[in-house]
Formats: sequence, structure tokens, C-alpha cells
Amino acid sequence: MKKSLIPILTVVAALVVIWYGAAVALNMPWAKDQAKRAGTEPGFSELVADTWSQDKPKLPAPHQVVVEIWNTTVVMVAKGRGLSKRSLIYHSWVTLSATGLGFLMGTVLGILLAVGIVYNRVMDMSVMPWVIASQTIPILAIAPMIIVVLNAVGISGLLPKAMISMYLSFFPVVVGMVKGLRSPGVMQLDQMKTWSATRGQQFWRLRLPSSMPYLFASLKVAMAASLVGAIVGELPTGAIAGLGARLLAGSYYGQTIQIWSALIMAAALAAVLVALIGVIQRVVLKRMGMA
Amino acid sequence: MNDTVISAKNLSLTFQTNDGPVHALKDVDLDIKKGEFVSFIGPSGCGKTTFLRCMADLEHPTGGSITVNGVSAKDARKSRAYGYVFQHAGLYPWRTIGGNIRLPLEIMGYSKADMDQRVQRVLDLVELDGFEKKFPWQLSGGMQQRASIARALAFDADILLMDEPFGALDEIVRDHLNEQLLKLWARTNKTIGFVTHSIPEAVYLSTKIVVMSPRPGRISDVIESPLPTERPLDIRDTPEFLEVAHRVREGLRAGHAYDD
Repeated sequence: MKKSLIPILTVVAALVVIWYGAAVALNMPWAKDQAKRAGTEPGFSELVADTWSQDKPKLPAPHQVVVEIWNTTVVMVAKGRGLSKRSLIYHSWVTLSATGLGFLMGTVLGILLAVGIVYNRVMDMSVMPWVIASQTIPILAIAPMIIVVLNAVGISGLLPKAMISMYLSFFPVVVGMVKGLRSPGVMQLDQMKTWSATRGQQFWRLRLPSSMPYLFASLKVAMAASLVGAIVGELPTGAIAGLGARLLAGSYYGQTIQIWSALIMAAALAAVLVALIGVIQRVVLKRMGMA
Repeated sequence: MNDTVISAKNLSLTFQTNDGPVHALKDVDLDIKKGEFVSFIGPSGCGKTTFLRCMADLEHPTGGSITVNGVSAKDARKSRAYGYVFQHAGLYPWRTIGGNIRLPLEIMGYSKADMDQRVQRVLDLVELDGFEKKFPWQLSGGMQQRASIARALAFDADILLMDEPFGALDEIVRDHLNEQLLKLWARTNKTIGFVTHSIPEAVYLSTKIVVMSPRPGRISDVIESPLPTERPLDIRDTPEFLEVAHRVREGLRAGHAYDD
């Protein structure tokens, strides 16, 4: 842990430096334009200071984003309004719940499809092309249709968004689990046969445990995909709640700082969720003697 | 009373490959009697493993017939007539040694108390008592193979089929395990089919040595061993032992095993 800390901090520091530089370059024209209109001739350092403190910069500086996140999370909580609609915590929670439900549904669907593919010859021959085809359709195109169709049958709120998450997240699980369930070698399968084990026994005692390393690798990808799905699912609903709604509202009103704070929040959320799976993976595989 | 356990008549097995048919076994006749220790020896490609797999119903003959305990190989497998030991121990890394031995017992539906008692018994048989709670990676290769033999012994199968079980182990470990295997055979009175490509191993262990030759796979000699049942390791230096080994070597040569 200590060893990896210094390289990570170095990279982060480098990124922050590049970010500040880019903010200067991108926001400079506006700063100069403003100075010209006001008829003043500020020096370079004043111009730079301005590029880092505009209201609607092309690229907000890191500290502006940090302040925005601070104001919409910690300050809101301090005011006792942690779950108000202006709080980023509220929006993160909305997105997180859709992500979580979609991830669970996608994982279950993915595992079921994988079991079908491994055990049923007809499914083996027919399902995979459809699974792959489903992922070639841009989610941005299909998301509004899912929302509209489900709304028409009276389903709205969390479930439609979770469905879009599921749509993205079942794919890596299917691919990983098919590979994982097929990972036992000929010898191990023969061995099961010499004990005349049933298919169920073969599945629960050999195939499923053998697939665990593959499952966890897939779950990490699926979790990230779920979050993307949830955010995309929030875009066409008219931007009511969620990180996707913050992104959309921010872009409507040119609130770049708000967009970036939502982006950073989404990235942090994804990092935490994937790290969480990583921890579970380490514990489980260690207990199984496979790590 | 008929004490023939395994009986093969005109047994043939042809694999269809892209390079044409491969005759893994051709017109093989053999009877194995109860309590015998039969070794199958021959160069690679002579069908010794295929023959063993036919007994275990892991391969399906294309000609002739084979019976195990008087019934077809498939019925014998379904009634769990044999334990099979593969070249690699194949223990599940997520199960302890005890858990691995329990695996076939769980599949066969033994009661918990019965399982516990059987695990203790077979661990004692292969001299691994005290290792029940250990995981496979904590054991050496030889100990893992002993655990896999224990697993094959845990349920009530009178036949033990072993496919080069010590092939991947070094010679010192191998000697030790051979000695143990003989003791185990004497204590359990099982019928053992043992595939090997080591002449001393075959001669040391067996009551009957089946010499096989390749292309097509067939039996070129069957040697009834004149050695006594009691066999210390240094029996391998006696003239009787060397004579049997010589005959095995002759059999291998007669089968054109050294042609290429």
C-alpha cells in the first residue's frame, strides 16, 4: 500500500497541474474579452487568476470543482439538508440505487444466460450472437425507448433506469461466466463422471466454484457499465434527479462547474464500487484458496 | 464361483481423426480376477490408458465387449464400482484435504457421521492423518497424490483404477508411494488396474503384467509374476525380479516398441 501511494500521488499531482494549465489556456480568451470590454488592461497574473475563478468557465479549475462538491455535499449536510434536491448526495443516491439494482439484475440475468449456454446446446448455438448484437446498439438510442415504453405500461422511477443498467451490465457477466463455467478441465469432468455425479452436483460442486475468478473479473466491468447505464437512463427523463440529471441541467444552463462536479462524483462512485468488489473478490478467493 | 472382475473380449476402439482412423485398441482379450494387481505397460500410443478408460466407461469401445463385475462398464460406473486415480491429483483448491475426500461421499449421499469416519479411515490408510484440515497447496506433490488415492478409496468400490498416478513424481517419492500402495492393497484386498511406463514399477507392484504395443494398440504379452506377495523394496535386486523385468523388456521389444 505504501509503495503504491507515492506513484499514485505523483500521477494525481501531474494531472492537477495539467488541468490548471488547460484551464488557463481554455478560459483565457474569455478573460481577455471581458477585460477589453471593461476597458482595462490587466497583467498576466491577473488574467491567470481570472481564468481560475470565472462563473461559467469553459474548463473549471480543480479548486472550483472541489468547492462546488464541498458546498453541495458537506455544507448541505451541515445545514441539515443533505437529501434536498440541491444536494449532490441526493443525486448520487438516486444514481447509486439505480446502479445497484441494475447491477444485481444484470448479474442474475448474466449468470442465468451463461448457465443456459453451458448446459443447453440450443442456447449455446443461438444465444451468444444475440447477446453480442444487443451490445452493438448504442445505449443512448435505446434508453429513451425503454423509458417511454415502460412509462406507457405504468412503470416509472427506479426500475426503467435499472433496466438500462442491466442491459449494459449483463454482457460482461455472460461472457465471463460462460468462460468460467467451462474452465474445469477434461480430467475434472471425467472425475465427476467416475463418481456418476448428476449435472446439478457437477454444477454446484465443480463448475460454479471454478468460475469464481472469472465472475469477479466480470463483475468489476459490469459495475462500471451499470453506473454508465444509470446515468444514461437519467438523461431522457427530463432531468429530474440523479447525476445524469445534474449533467443535463448543467449543460442546459452552461453550468460547467456543476457538470464537472457531477462527473467527478460519478468517477468517485465508480471507483468506490469497483474497489468494493475488489475487496470481496480478495476475501472470497483467499478463502477458496484461489488467490 | 466366478471370480473374474473385469473381462474384455475382442475389445477394439478406433478414433476417427482428420488424419484417418487411429486404432487405439484392436482385438484385446483380458480377464482380471478379484484381488489381482494388474499393471499395463507399454510405450505411449499403445492404448494402455484407453483400455483403462474403457473399463471406467470414460471411453466407448467401437468393437467387442467389456464387462465389469459382470455388468456393462456403464452400469458398473453408475453403481460406483470403481475408484479412479488420475495422473494429476486434481484436488479442489477451495476444499481442504478432508473436504476433497468428502466430495465423492457427498455426491453419493453418505451420512455425515459415516463420512467423518471414512475420512479418518482412508487418511490413516495413506498415512495422512492430521492433514484433514490442510488445503492442497499446503501439501507436497506426493502427499497430494496420496490424498487423491484416499479419495478413491473412501467409498466402497472393490476396484481401483490408476492411470500413471506417480508419473509426475520424482523417483524417491515414487519408491515410497509404491511401497505404501502395496501395503494398502494387502490391507484392502482391492482389485487394482495400474497404468505405468516404468518397468521396475510394474514388476515391483503387480501380480500380473500386461505388456502392450502400439499401432494398433494390442496386448503382446501377459506375465504372471512369480514374486511373493511380501515385497520389500530390495526385492528389486533379486534374480527373480530381474528375470521378470527382462521378460517385460523382451515383450516391449517384440511389440516393435523401440522401432521409432
